[in-house]
Amino acid sequence: MTMEDKQLKVTAIKNGTVLDHIPAENLFKVIDILHLTQAGNQITIGSNLDSKSLGKKGIIKISERFFEDEEINRIALVAPQATINIIKDFNVVEKKIISIPESVIGIAKCMNPMCVTNHENIETRFSTIVKGKEISLLCHYCEKVTDSKNLIIKSDK
Amino acid sequence: MPKSLISIHDFSKEEILHILDVAAEFEKDKSQNILNGKIVACIFFEPSTRTRLSFETAANRLGARVIGFSDTGNTSIAKGETLKDTVKMVSNYADIIVMRHPLEGSARYASEVANVPVINAGDGANQHPSQTLLDLYSVRQTQNRLNDLTINMVGDLKYGRTVHSLLQAMSHFAPHFVFTAPNELMMPDEYKTFLKDRKIPYLETTQLIEHLNDTDILYMTRVQQERFSDPIDYEKVKNIYRLDAGMLGNVRKNMKILHPLPRINEIAANVDNTPYAYYFKQAENGMYVRMAIIAYLLGYK
Ligand SMILES: [Zn+2]
Repeated sequence: MTMEDKQLKVTAIKNGTVLDHIPAENLFKVIDILHLTQAGNQITIGSNLDSKSLGKKGIIKISERFFEDEEINRIALVAPQATINIIKDFNVVEKKIISIPESVIGIAKCMNPMCVTNHENIETRFSTIVKGKEISLLCHYCEKVTDSKNLIIKSDK
Repeated sequence: MPKSLISIHDFSKEEILHILDVAAEFEKDKSQNILNGKIVACIFFEPSTRTRLSFETAANRLGARVIGFSDTGNTSIAKGETLKDTVKMVSNYADIIVMRHPLEGSARYASEVANVPVINAGDGANQHPSQTLLDLYSVRQTQNRLNDLTINMVGDLKYGRTVHSLLQAMSHFAPHFVFTAPNELMMPDEYKTFLKDRKIPYLETTQLIEHLNDTDILYMTRVQQERFSDPIDYEKVKNIYRLDAGMLGNVRKNMKILHPLPRINEIAANVDNTPYAYYFKQAENGMYVRMAIIAYLLGYK
C-alpha cells in the first residue's frame, strides 16, 4: 500500500457527504454556515490542499450526514464552485453542484453600519444579485448592497 | 400584515397615481372627517419638526387624533427599550403608525413587528416615500402631466435620498434627466445603470446655467458642508449652485423650481417672487399627499 492510498483510506468515509473544492480561505466559513461545530458526527477537514482550479482548496468529509439542497445552497456565498459528493458504502452515488439561492436569511451581515440589523437583534434577510462570478446581497431592510468582498458571515447561531 | 408604505417601491404605478388623485381631492376639500375616532401615532426617534407637523396636520384634517413623541430623550427608549418593543406597544394603541428613525431599514422592520400599517417618515439616509409622492404631486400639478418631462436635478446627487427616490419613481413616466452637480457629488453609478437598463436618457453637467433653459422641473437640493472632506472644496462649489432671479431670463414658461426645504443659500430670496418658484406650494402639497397616504392605508380611499 502506498502512502497515498493509506492517506485516502484514513480519511475515506463509508456513508456521508464530501464537500470538495471549497476555497481554502472560506473553509471555516463553510463550517460555520453548516453549523458543523455543533454536529456530533465524525468530521474530517482538509485545508490548503493543492487544487488546479482554486490554487489552494479545502475539503470536508462528514460521516452519516446528508444535506437538504436548501441547506447546502447556503454555502453558495462563500464556495460557489464547491462540489457535493454523496457517499454510500464508500462509493460516490451522487454528485451535486451548488445553486445560488434567491434569498439569504440569517447567514450574512449587512455591511452598512447604519443598518437596523446591526443595532437590533434581527435576523438578516438579503436577496442575491448575481453578476458573472460575483454574488452580492441586497439588504431587505436598508436596501444597500453588500458585495462579496465585504461579506461577513454571522457565526453566532 | 397590513399594507405599509416603507419605500417608494412598495407602491405600483397605479397606486402612485391613485394617491395623487386622492391628494387632489383633499386639496379641493381640505377637511373631511373620514377618520373620526381613529388614532394616528407619530413616533419620531429623531426630531424633524417639518415632517412631523405635516403628518400631524394631515391626521387632524382627516378627523383623527394624534399620539406620539418627537424625540426620545426622556422615554423608555433612552433607557434601552428595543425598537421592537416600542413598536409593538404603540401598535396596540393606534390604528396607524408614522415613524421616523435614524437607522436605515428601521421602518421596514417596524412594519414587520406592528399589526397596523406603518408609514416611513424617513429611515436615516434610506427612504422618505411621502416626500417622493409630494414631489410627484407637485410635478404633475405644475405640468398637468407626468410623462415626457425634463427633470434637472441640482446639488448633492450623491447622498441625496430625495433625488434617488424621485428618479426611481419618475422612471414610470418616460422622463429625461439632467444631473447638475460638482464632480464630488455626481449621481452614483447604480442609479445611472438603473436608467440605462430602462433606456431613460440623461445628461450630466457641473454648470447650473448649462441646461437651465431646456428644463421643465428644476429640482434643487442642499449642498451640505459635511459632505466635503476639504472645507476649501465646499467653498468652491457652494456658490456655483446658487440660483438667482437674474439667471431665469430665458427659461421655459412652464418651468418650475422645486426644493425639499429647508434651503440654505442655494436659492436666492429674489427667486421667491418669480412665477417659477414652487417650493412653498410644494411643502403645502405634502399635507394633502400625507392625508391621501393615511386614508389609503386605512382603507378609506
Ligand atoms: Zn442592511
